[in-house]
Amino acid sequence: MEFLSNTYFMLALTFAVYAASQILQSRTGWSFLNPILISAIIIIAYLKVNDIDIDNYNESGRYIEFWLKPAIVALGVPLYKQLSTIRKQLLPLLISELAGCVVGIISVVLIARFLGATQEVILSLAAKSVTTPIAMEVTKTVGGIPSLTAAVVICVGIFGGLAGFRVMRMSHIGSPIAQGLSLGTAAHALGTSRAMDVSDKYGAFASLGLTINGIFTALLTPTVLSLID
Amino acid sequence: MVLQCAIIFGCLALGELLVWLTGIKLPSSIIGMLILAFLLQVKAVKLRQVEGMANFLVKNFGFFFVPAAVSLMLYFDIIRAQWLPILVASAVSTVVVLVVTGWIHQISRKFF
Repeated sequence: MEFLSNTYFMLALTFAVYAASQILQSRTGWSFLNPILISAIIIIAYLKVNDIDIDNYNESGRYIEFWLKPAIVALGVPLYKQLSTIRKQLLPLLISELAGCVVGIISVVLIARFLGATQEVILSLAAKSVTTPIAMEVTKTVGGIPSLTAAVVICVGIFGGLAGFRVMRMSHIGSPIAQGLSLGTAAHALGTSRAMDVSDKYGAFASLGLTINGIFTALLTPTVLSLID
Repeated sequence: MVLQCAIIFGCLALGELLVWLTGIKLPSSIIGMLILAFLLQVKAVKLRQVEGMANFLVKNFGFFFVPAAVSLMLYFDIIRAQWLPILVASAVSTVVVLVVTGWIHQISRKFF
C-alpha cells in the first residue's frame, strides 16, 4: 500500500486529524486534550501501524512547518496593538517579565542538571515557558532538540493552565494584572486561553506576558545559558 | 492577500538578512516580528495591509507545529531514559515562574 505514504494524502490526513482534534477539545472542554498533542499521537500511531518512515512523513510535514516562521513574524501585529498598554506600565512589566524569564531558564536548567539530564536535553528545556514556535527557534539556536522542546512546551502549557490559578492563590498573587501576566509568562498560549476564560482583561495581560517573555527568552537564553554553564 | 504575504515575508527576509550580516544568535523570525511591530508603529505599514494574513497565521499556529511534535517519535529513547528530570524540572520551574512573575509585578506596581 504505497499510497498510504503519498505526500498529499498525509497532508490531507494531518489537516483532518487536527480539525477532528479541535472539535474533540471544544466539545469536551478538556484543556489537556490539546489538538497538537492528540494529532501527533494519532499520526505517530498511523506511521507505526503502516510502517512508514518518519522521513517519508516529513516530506509532507515540511510544507506545514514552513509556515512557522511567518506565523512568528505575524505576532508583530498583536504586539503592536499592545504597545500603548506596555508603555503605560513599562517598568513593572519589564522588571517582572525579566525576573520571570531569567528565573525560568535558570531553575529548569539547574534542576534538570541536578537530576542528571544530558546536556542536549537541558538545552532543549531552557525555553520551555514560551510559545512553541519561539521556543523551537531558541532551541535550534542553542543546539538542543527542537521537537523535544515542542512536546515539553505543550505539557508545560497544559500544566500551567490547570494548576496556574491554584498556585497563585496559594502564593497570594491577587491582582488581576499580575495573575494574567504570570499565566501568559509561565504557560504561553495555553495559559493565555485559560486567562481568557476568566475575562478579557486577564487574557490581554496574559498575551502580553506571552509576547514579552517570548522576546526576552529569545534574546537572553544564549547569554543566560553561557553564564550558568 | 499577496501584498499581505509580501509584507510578512519581507519582514522575515529582513530578519534573515540581519542574522546573515551580523551573525547574532537570534531567530530571524523574532527579528522579523519586531520589525513588523516597528513598521506598524511608525505607520510605514498600515494595520489593514497585514491584519487578515496575520490573524490567519496567529490563530492557526498550533497546526504548524504538528510535524515537529510527530518528529518526537525519533526521541522516545531519550524521553524514556530521562523522563524524571524532564518532568520534575519543567513542573517545578513553571511554578517558580508563575510565583516570581506575579510577586515581582505586584511589588513593583507599588513603586512605579
